[in-house]
Amino acid sequence: MENIKNYRKMTAGQFLEKFATLIGLFLVILIFALLKPRFLDVNNVFNLLRQASINGLLALGMTFVVLTGGIDLSVGSILGASGIFAALVAQNHSIPWFVAVLVGLGVGFLLGSLNGIVISWLKVPAFVATLGMLSVARGITYLASNAQPVPGLSDGFLKIGGGNVGIIPIPVIILAVVFIICSILIYKAKYGRYIFGVGGNAKAARLSGINVKKIKWSAYMIAGVLAGLAGVVLTSRVSSGLAMAGQNYETDAIAAVVMGGTSLAGGRGRLWGTLVGVLIIAALNNGLDMMAVSSYWQLIIKGLIIIAAVMMDSLNSSND
Amino acid sequence: MSLLEMKDISKSFTGVNVLHDVHFKLEKGSVHALMGENGAGKSTLMKILAGVTKSDKGSISINGKDVEINSPTDSQNLGIAMIHQELSPIPGMTVAENIYFGREPGKGGFVDYRTLYRQTEELLNRLHINNISPKERLQNLQVADQQLVEIAKAISFNAEIIIMDEPTSAITDKEVDNLFIIIDNLRKEGKGIIYISHKMDEVFRISDEITVLRDGAYVDSWQAKDINNEILIKNMVGRELSDIYPKVHVPIGEKVLEVRKLTLQNKFSDINFDVRKGEILGIAGLVGAGRTEVMQALFGLSPADEGEIIFEGKKLNPKEPVEAIKNGLAFVTEDRKGEGLVPYMSVGNNITLASMKDFEKNYLIDMKSEDEVIQKQISSLRIRTQGKEQLVSSLSGGNQQKVVLAKWLIKKPKLLILDEPTRGIDVGAKSEIYKIMCDFVAQGNSIIMISSEMPEVMGMADRIIVLSNRKLGGELKREDFVQENIMRLAVSKM
Repeated sequence: MENIKNYRKMTAGQFLEKFATLIGLFLVILIFALLKPRFLDVNNVFNLLRQASINGLLALGMTFVVLTGGIDLSVGSILGASGIFAALVAQNHSIPWFVAVLVGLGVGFLLGSLNGIVISWLKVPAFVATLGMLSVARGITYLASNAQPVPGLSDGFLKIGGGNVGIIPIPVIILAVVFIICSILIYKAKYGRYIFGVGGNAKAARLSGINVKKIKWSAYMIAGVLAGLAGVVLTSRVSSGLAMAGQNYETDAIAAVVMGGTSLAGGRGRLWGTLVGVLIIAALNNGLDMMAVSSYWQLIIKGLIIIAAVMMDSLNSSND
Repeated sequence: MSLLEMKDISKSFTGVNVLHDVHFKLEKGSVHALMGENGAGKSTLMKILAGVTKSDKGSISINGKDVEINSPTDSQNLGIAMIHQELSPIPGMTVAENIYFGREPGKGGFVDYRTLYRQTEELLNRLHINNISPKERLQNLQVADQQLVEIAKAISFNAEIIIMDEPTSAITDKEVDNLFIIIDNLRKEGKGIIYISHKMDEVFRISDEITVLRDGAYVDSWQAKDINNEILIKNMVGRELSDIYPKVHVPIGEKVLEVRKLTLQNKFSDINFDVRKGEILGIAGLVGAGRTEVMQALFGLSPADEGEIIFEGKKLNPKEPVEAIKNGLAFVTEDRKGEGLVPYMSVGNNITLASMKDFEKNYLIDMKSEDEVIQKQISSLRIRTQGKEQLVSSLSGGNQQKVVLAKWLIKKPKLLILDEPTRGIDVGAKSEIYKIMCDFVAQGNSIIMISSEMPEVMGMADRIIVLSNRKLGGELKREDFVQENIMRLAVSKM
């Protein structure tokens, strides 16, 4: 009985390990709120969330991939390609807006699936396969757009990134809906168990009758579709398709996942942690901008905070 | 004066007493077996000696002189070497490089390879290890030979006290003989050897003295010649174990599985055997005889090139495990941690991992019925866990194995394949696993059991087939089970 009691009661270390990112988020918010009270204005908060939604979509997809023990370096490029193709469709105002959205998602699906096929069946390491896709998808983006912006998008399409429902920006609603769907997949459906199983021990998963290749493929597919969705939202927000959209976005996505407590080795992590990681990064960007910190310093501060966050996590877990 | 004397050693972790006033004495030129169930405190005691953890209380003396061991380096400098149960070789490096890793002969950062290989050659010769070349890469060696390299490494530190933790858990009887010759030589050189093992027959064969720990406390020490199996087990588990092998005879029914001329290039050829309802078929043979490979083919892990597998009257040639599972096969592999469990998953999630489809309702997991099944398995297999949420990696070996068994039992398989089902598991848990096996076949199911522990195969099987050099060596009925018969068949195709 003694043991059972001890087990239920979380030690301070375990508590810290589980909620370190959340505490980090509160600290960041607290500091900015004290320095710049304007930081907590409703307008600014929604603006921050709107900014966070792009990285949020990428990072949620990335969480699936990282949980299986993989990595996807190509999400920024897939975002770019999806955005361009969606914009090319949305330029034609006689086509309904949702067709452009479906095209964007479709491009994400195709490129993400391709990643999965190369990794699962052609056995190319994820790092290499998605590094290749990073280049390929970007090339496609430049070819499709002739390296020119794609402006003049239909009004319906522009609402996706710029519109509101009440006071809530539509991208924030999209992120919330996607988060709920992902949570159900991960925690309520058998698919989530398979993701954790494959990432935690692929051999044991295979012996348990799980189709490991298909599960891995599906993770890259989901990351691709969500990158496609992010491409649609971003293109709509900036009102034109840009060939260099999403460049280097993979770093913030991976950073958010890792800060959220998901292990790069796979099999361990939490979805809400990723969301908290996304909010920390968005709050840093927004708050440092507001304080007029030079963008070069912003890069340095962001990098150091990411390393510190993961360091706390690994120091904590090595205590076991 | 003893070579080593540990007195009143106590240690607690986060308030839990793992060792309480334990004594241990090791004489020069002797082998002293340290025995006890998992969790009895053997490993902790040895970790204290190896400088990995520090005792809270107690004293250690070597050759009558009190010593302090605060780090692994201290331990090494005092002439203590530990050979761990799980080896940690660097596979890409040669035998010589592994043995002298970090202390290679040479000047100015350059390695003097000639001296390195000569030293290694001399060391191996001294230990009568003749079949290993100093220039061979570790990855090319069998587990047993890798173990010998670890031992050579320990000796190369001029260790006077050598701790061997389950040194025979991964090797065959023949290799055990070889190891025992080497241990005997070390004893003659005057070294003291602490030998940890669960295998009774080995302990009685090799050791001069035996000490038993139970629940972190010292029970007693004996001269090995003064006691027997029964007394030893009784002291280890603290209760009478009427029979380690609770074999129950169940009626044997019709054929369930027929294997005909099964062949896989370079792995095994022309394997024929049957399994009947209610039967436990033992598969014996030396390591490398192809036993695991045949089972992997049956289960679709590495399918055979030729031959037939007929299961319940239907042809079955699985290309992937999922096909075998669908047809009612289940496979508990020998590598529990590497292939059986997902370590960072909870006990509960591991138990249901292979049968998630059965818990699906409207595309979601029916958590309530899943929980019921998990709780039932935890109680019926007597899995000792703090709850279904506990990480499976924090369970003891025996309980981990029960989790793997539970995972398969809820699939209600008709044929359960067990590869080394009790490796590294203590006596009490072993006996419980045997009971689970008996209950399983009593329901009209069948088991194929691979084991390198002869007493186990002979104790549990109804019939034994012996593989020899990747071919079928022969078959024995229960009344013909004698260790010599099995050995003769095991080497018959060499």
